[in-house]
Amino acid sequence: MFSFVVKRLAVAVPTLLLLIVISFLLMHAAPGGPFTQERALPPQVLANLEAKYGLDQPLWRQLVTYVWGIVAHFDFGPSFIYKDRTVNEIIAQGFPVTLTYGSVSFVVAVIVGITLGVAAAIRHNSWLDYLAVGISIGAQVLPNFVMAPLLLLTFTWWLGWLPGGGWEDGQWQYMVMPVIALSTSYMASIARLTRASMLEVLTSNHIRTARAKGLPERQVILRHALKPALLPVMSYLGPAFVAMITGSVVVDFFFSTGGIGRAFVDSALNRDYAVMLGITILVGALTILFNLVVDVLYGWIDPKIRY
Amino acid sequence: MAMLDIRDLTVRFDTPDGTVTAVNGVNLSLDRGETLGIVGESGSGKSQLAFAVMGLLAKNGRATGSVAFDGREILNAPPADINRVRATKIAMVFQDPMTSLNPYMRVSDQMAEVLIHHKGMSKSQALAECVRMLDAVKIPDAAGRVRLFPHEFSGGMRQRVMIAMSLLCRPELLIADEPTTALDVTVQAQIMTLLGDLRRDFGMATILITHDLGVVAGFCERVVVLYGGQIMEQSPTDPLFATPAHPYTRGLLGAIPRVDQEGEELSAIPGSPPNMTRAPKGCPFAPRCAHAGEDCLDHLDPLTEFAPGRWRACNRSVEELA
Repeated sequence: MFSFVVKRLAVAVPTLLLLIVISFLLMHAAPGGPFTQERALPPQVLANLEAKYGLDQPLWRQLVTYVWGIVAHFDFGPSFIYKDRTVNEIIAQGFPVTLTYGSVSFVVAVIVGITLGVAAAIRHNSWLDYLAVGISIGAQVLPNFVMAPLLLLTFTWWLGWLPGGGWEDGQWQYMVMPVIALSTSYMASIARLTRASMLEVLTSNHIRTARAKGLPERQVILRHALKPALLPVMSYLGPAFVAMITGSVVVDFFFSTGGIGRAFVDSALNRDYAVMLGITILVGALTILFNLVVDVLYGWIDPKIRY
Repeated sequence: MAMLDIRDLTVRFDTPDGTVTAVNGVNLSLDRGETLGIVGESGSGKSQLAFAVMGLLAKNGRATGSVAFDGREILNAPPADINRVRATKIAMVFQDPMTSLNPYMRVSDQMAEVLIHHKGMSKSQALAECVRMLDAVKIPDAAGRVRLFPHEFSGGMRQRVMIAMSLLCRPELLIADEPTTALDVTVQAQIMTLLGDLRRDFGMATILITHDLGVVAGFCERVVVLYGGQIMEQSPTDPLFATPAHPYTRGLLGAIPRVDQEGEELSAIPGSPPNMTRAPKGCPFAPRCAHAGEDCLDHLDPLTEFAPGRWRACNRSVEELA
């Protein structure tokens, strides 16, 4: 197990490096740059700016300097757009926010999604099943950029129950709508996956054995069916968790939460190379990390998997 | 009074292709300590008969008729009632030991939960009892291996675990559904010997479901031959083998390959089992039967006792078949 984790982490290094190189090249391949504006800057000004940020250097040297900065000083460089702010600062400010509402959304999506999926499966083809399937299809087809304004209209404009935006260090009133908007579609996917997988597990031979042992249905489900039913759900949860804690531009935009979801999209639009790369690396590293976590959990749930 | 009394048991499945009749009006009874073999080809309804008794039919299956255990109706009984019968009165061993044990639970946990649930034992009491039972099914080093997972056992050993698990509550009836079909031949013999020993030691009645007449010969006192969900012949084992009284039984016996048959072609029953979406009006075996006439297609004489303890359902007389 230990050597497996070490091996996987060792593979993660070249993977991340590859991610950096490809993202870096793609970014520079796109026309325009951070200082492209509608009214062109005087050539002398542009040259000075590019020199300041090292953009006059050959591409390979920029890349090497960039990677060296990360490896040697864990420095992701300065923002090209926001003067006096570094990428480290921007991430340090936005990521805790995203991490908070993302984690809460994840917990909500997992608990509600699995409960709904299991309930639908054990009451297959009953009104409860149809209701659960209806809810999850509804939740899946309602995009969050539609849901977010609907939530705002309802809870802020009409009912006046919740503040329309802001973060305030994550007080619960500010968290409710972001969490609903972010978790709903994940909840729906988890519910659908759980339902399908539970339905399949319930027809398997070892469940028949459990029933033949005269165990009450509740025990058959919880002790015998839940674990195998959650295996396929788990491989979805790793990437889903990363997607949730690295934020949502829709949430940040509608609820002014100030997370890195917004920062990421802004950086892409502004050609803020350094911020864009920094967040890409963050997402990439988290994806690798949580896929590893899922694999480790797999080994814990399924005794046949041994690393 | 018979311990197990099955009256007019019919099992139907709703499928996209229509209603399939798997068991068609079976009457059967079993006394304490008796061993009964249920024989038939794949699809003859022998497993579904057992599942109906245990209340384990798939969700699209419906059973009608009556199954009484010790005089108490258990067919379609409420879950709480049937759960009191399962494992404690009637236990079942399944065909495929590779998939019938829970692969995600230690053997100790899946065995112990039976005793904890039905006998209210503590975990340590239950564990000690499980080890005793694993010893009884001759698993070497039972105490050391009880904490393993099913995949850490071989197929034969897994079936031993399955048998040990089914016997934990000392059931009065053990239904073994093709317990050796998935195992290789040497292991088959070991498992059948083990089942025979356990049956004697525990004094329990046994229903052995199999398509292997050879297994039945050494194990069962009485045999029921099932075809198309109906009983074709029912007889004490020895006379059935000596003078099979139904064309289907004869066909089954004839299809057993023999060592002294060298060079000859294996004899098989021509044709294949009927499509049970349309239950045949007459004898289900008629389309494949060498002795059948027009009358067999739309009428089948009811099961009748033609010799003491021997029953057959056939329009032709025993003499005609000879």
